[in-house]
Amino acid sequence: MEIRTKSADRNLLLELSGELDHHGARSALRELEEALDAALPRKLVLDLSGITFMDSSGIALILRAQQKMQLLDGSLLVRGVPPQARRVLDAAGISRFVTIKSLSAN
Amino acid sequence: MRTKAVNEVALAFPSQSRNEGFARSTAAGFAAQMDPTLNELEDIKTAVSEAVTNAIVHGYPDSIGPVTMKLRILPGNVLELTVKDHGRGIPDVDKARQPMFTTGGEERSGMGFTIMESFMDKVTVRSAVNKGTTVVMRKKLAPRLKQ
Repeated sequence: MEIRTKSADRNLLLELSGELDHHGARSALRELEEALDAALPRKLVLDLSGITFMDSSGIALILRAQQKMQLLDGSLLVRGVPPQARRVLDAAGISRFVTIKSLSAN
Repeated sequence: MRTKAVNEVALAFPSQSRNEGFARSTAAGFAAQMDPTLNELEDIKTAVSEAVTNAIVHGYPDSIGPVTMKLRILPGNVLELTVKDHGRGIPDVDKARQPMFTTGGEERSGMGFTIMESFMDKVTVRSAVNKGTTVVMRKKLAPRLKQ
């Protein structure tokens, strides 16, 4: 699990790659919080196009990001979602709460 | 009644989170002999990941204990996955299976059982407080034409 962070003009982009499971999500949650605290963004983009596997740990990460962005009165976009991760998000009905774009839609 | 397996394998490992990926890969490797589609393999890996993570996070919240995973191929191209721990147990299984219910704090979403149920055909949970939890999941894989 790796995260690359890019921040400019209160836009924050997090590019996640590797396996986003419970093992990987612990450090990812910490990095997300640190990046948000440093950038205080108006817009947060989580790019999942490098994710090779995701389970419900990814849902917890996305919901945490959504909560944080609501506190900052900003917006969240989850993009580049690969098919397996998309099925996990759909099974949980997460697209009702969060704007999600699949990998092919980009 | 226990159905006789066509093939089976058992694996035991300590409840360290680094073993989640190992359990997923092992299940996918075993299921490969059933000639699954890529989607079916991903479904199996996802369900295993949820069940094993539950055992690690909820079975042994403050300690490291044994987790076993049993993989069986049953007649009719059915894969059975059993994940068992001897940990804390679940006081109310019905409540635990409800979407968004979690006792795991902010790093968990409470969607684990929902995803297992969505990705597998049948999910059975047996649990006793301070004795442990057993999750049995079954999935019938689509028959494929062999050349």
